Amino acid sequence: MKLLDVKGLKASVDGVSILKGVDLSIDRGEVHAIMGLNGSGKSTLSKVLAGHPAYTVTGGEVWFEGRNLFELAPEERARAGLFLAFQYPVEVPGVSNSAFLRLAYNTLQASKGGEELDPLEFDDLVREKIKVVEMDPAFLDRSVNEGFSGGEKKRNEILQMALLEPKLAILDETDSGLDIDALRIVANGVNSLRSKENAIVMVTHYQRLLNYIVPDYVHVMHGGRIVKTGDKGLALELEERGYDWVRAAA
Amino acid sequence: MSTTLQHLVNQPYRHGFVTEIETEVVPKGLSEDVIRLISEKKGEPEWLLEFRLSAYRHWLTMEDPSWAKVSHPPIDFQEIIYFAQPKPKPQLASMDEVDPELRRTFEKLGVPLHEQKIMAGVAVDVIFDSVSVTTTYKAKLAEEGIVFCSLSEAVKAHPELVKQYLGSVVPPSDNFYAALNSAVFTEGSFCFIPKGVKCPMDLSTYFRINTEGSGQFERTLIIAEEGAQVSYLEGCTAPQFDTNQLHAAVVELVALDHADIKYSTVQNWYAGDEKGVGGIYNFVTKRGLCRGVNSKISWTQVETGSAITWKYPSCILLGDHSVGEFYSVALTNHLQQADTGTKMVHVGKHTRSTIVSKGISAGKSANSYRGLVKIGPRAVGARNYSQCDSMLIGDLCSANTYPTVEVQNEQAVVEHEASTSKIGEDQMFLFASRGIGQEDAVSMIINGFCRDVFMHLPLEFAVEATKLLGLKLEGSVG
Repeated sequence: MKLLDVKGLKASVDGVSILKGVDLSIDRGEVHAIMGLNGSGKSTLSKVLAGHPAYTVTGGEVWFEGRNLFELAPEERARAGLFLAFQYPVEVPGVSNSAFLRLAYNTLQASKGGEELDPLEFDDLVREKIKVVEMDPAFLDRSVNEGFSGGEKKRNEILQMALLEPKLAILDETDSGLDIDALRIVANGVNSLRSKENAIVMVTHYQRLLNYIVPDYVHVMHGGRIVKTGDKGLALELEERGYDWVRAAA
Repeated sequence: MSTTLQHLVNQPYRHGFVTEIETEVVPKGLSEDVIRLISEKKGEPEWLLEFRLSAYRHWLTMEDPSWAKVSHPPIDFQEIIYFAQPKPKPQLASMDEVDPELRRTFEKLGVPLHEQKIMAGVAVDVIFDSVSVTTTYKAKLAEEGIVFCSLSEAVKAHPELVKQYLGSVVPPSDNFYAALNSAVFTEGSFCFIPKGVKCPMDLSTYFRINTEGSGQFERTLIIAEEGAQVSYLEGCTAPQFDTNQLHAAVVELVALDHADIKYSTVQNWYAGDEKGVGGIYNFVTKRGLCRGVNSKISWTQVETGSAITWKYPSCILLGDHSVGEFYSVALTNHLQQADTGTKMVHVGKHTRSTIVSKGISAGKSANSYRGLVKIGPRAVGARNYSQCDSMLIGDLCSANTYPTVEVQNEQAVVEHEASTSKIGEDQMFLFASRGIGQEDAVSMIINGFCRDVFMHLPLEFAVEATKLLGLKLEGSVG
């Protein structure tokens, strides 16, 4: 059974059709990159999979470990092991990052019958995990994403991934807005979380992230569909030749 | 806003039951005769009757204020019952004498009159309609010289104190509703902390309006002498009626040199139903006078109920180096209207005030902050910090801020910060995408928003306030 199986997925937002029949199959242990120009539907695909309420699924099906993904509410998808790292992480004033992370962690633990942690136990855990993204523990006491720089927000997303240990992590333009050092740190963090049991989908415009997190597959989206699939060589080719030849072929 | 956010706000009012107790009421309507009758029923001295009558005569010359951003049909003051008291004998010496039906009501409200309150360290003066039913732990407090009783008892036992301080902070002519209250107030709490005494427990009053069509005009007077300290808790509920009930209370606080009064309110009067039928009109005048040097008065309020709230707990900072604080959370839902805020009047030198106001609007409600910071010519070195934040839930509600600053002194520092935010789909989606359910998400977001206020509430009140906000918002987010 595939980890994720997307068949003919169609979706719209505000009545405008964005996804027009996406097919994508992902196995455990794989890293996929989804590339494409603005408006090709990359970010929409991420949000539809995670269940963002603004998007309406109009056709097709998605199976996650054999379960119909669209029968699960967004929070149930998260508890089932689906994770979305946001392109634009929102701020939550007054809610400390550590309280938020602990609630997320304990909710997940409760859903799988695991052990919930009290604040002190959780602090030990999170201080260990935070090393993955080389973040200052002072960020734990600050409000969620409030006053964080772009790079800090993205690191905070990867910290959440490290804590929740998802089966499938979708990184939506995690590289955007990062300087080269932050990009390296985030990429190292993601790489350290790779395993045979989980899979990663990177949605990105640029090849440069793929130098750090090397994908097994590269997909090109255009007009709401995946129009070409290749290996990491495809990303290099796109970098060199642009997208026009793919669009022409599609 | 998707339908899910809209679902999280609505929970039927949990305190909407009526207690079947025979009630003795004075015929509805207001006149000098009614006031004389109230005064006579309460066995009051002549000076108090005069206080009432002069307030009434002044009230007749005044007009219902129209500057607040609230709207309601004109109130017919002749349709209101000004005095209602449970029929069984009003003089209750011990808890065993309390009407069992009444006791069950308090149990439903979660106000046990029994030992657990001692364990919680709370002394309760319970106001049921207009008569104070019983005051617990009076004896224990009396050992410290603290007087904590109903205002009518205080009139009898400590007339000199009542006469000295009643109306000294909120004069009967202060405003329309204060004048009305001064004319017809029927009950309330009185609290006197003598010089140098630190009150050993939080004092608490639980107000409840029971009789349909009755107004509640309680009047609270708290005096902290030199160096005294007290923390006072006020909780409010009312049963559900289709008609609007008027609640026009007056609270006066007096702090002498180095005294410290902390006044905390969790207000959950019946707010009317989702169509705006019924609910309490809560028109309240609360004011504290920092009379002595280095005195401090701190108001913390969590306002969740009432159809209309009109309330500005204020501080007059008369003594040099005195401190005024106002921490407020006002939540409105459905068709509720709240116009609330504070006044900080700096008179003395080096006086300081802090205002933190958090407004949460959901449904089709209107929530306004109205504040005045006034720094007088003598208030050298005065400082004020104000922060007003509004949070909107949904697209049909409104939030307004009306801050006024008057500075008549060049050596004063006044800071004001304001923000408006929205519990948006994206915030909710962040929580959902981390596996967190809607109720937990809303509760965490709202509590985060209110954190600067909740941290000033006594612990048990903070827990109650947190739960209350969660209940009030059930169904409105999503």
